[in-house]
Amino acid sequence: MSNIKKFMYVNRRAPYGTIYAWESLEVVLIGAAFEQDVSLAFIDDGVYQLVKGQDTAGIGMKNFSPTYAALGDYEVTKIYVEKESLEERGLTLDDLQHLVWEDEDDDWAEKDSIRLVSCAELAQVFAEQEVMFNF
Amino acid sequence: MNLTIQVNEGPYQHQASDSAYFFTKAALEKGHEIFRVFFYHDGVNNGTRLTTPPQDDRNVVKRWSELAAEHDLDLVICVAAAQRRGIVDDGEAERNKKDATNIAPGFRISGLGQLVEGGIQSDRLVVFGD
Repeated sequence: MSNIKKFMYVNRRAPYGTIYAWESLEVVLIGAAFEQDVSLAFIDDGVYQLVKGQDTAGIGMKNFSPTYAALGDYEVTKIYVEKESLEERGLTLDDLQHLVWEDEDDDWAEKDSIRLVSCAELAQVFAEQEVMFNF
Repeated sequence: MNLTIQVNEGPYQHQASDSAYFFTKAALEKGHEIFRVFFYHDGVNNGTRLTTPPQDDRNVVKRWSELAAEHDLDLVICVAAAQRRGIVDDGEAERNKKDATNIAPGFRISGLGQLVEGGIQSDRLVVFGD
């Protein structure tokens, strides 16, 4: 498809209290087939979606967090995490899954997908987008 | 301008569907084109013909159906979200062995690709939700 747009999926909510996080991920996975310029952002409670070692046995829900690790294979390589949101919740990058993608233009070198950005930097990224999904 | 509208909440519990309806109607009156209205999350519940709101209240579902008939709108319900929440048309009833359908006139059930296509094809994607 010649018409490539900058798509941004903004994830603002904790993973299991509502279905927004999971259904957002479903749009991202389906949308990957359209070969757009895709970015994801995790802000507010949305940063909890990426926390590693999730165990949902006690709440009887499917643990969909392993799916985030597959995003690199879908060529989703730009994952912005807002620094302030992490800090407000007492989290650091070490608490999140280590998400990577393989760069075929660099001998399939494994590269980090997560970009830790400030609120102001993220605002700049948002301003450059053409299609904003908000979950 | 060519617009795709996304509705993320069901009728009555949230204002999102009301706001989306009024926005869509106003956009059409101003001469804009609506490429598609896509119902996602609990928004799929806007597409059941089985609601019976009190007579002195607005009928959210019927209002969408009437707007669709008047302007030939493409009202699309996400199939994955619909299956979770029990919004069923003839095809879904047959595929998933359900004993009834409930889809309202003017709505159709299709995939998330329709939403992404809306984002690509339209000048703006306008999202209504919580």
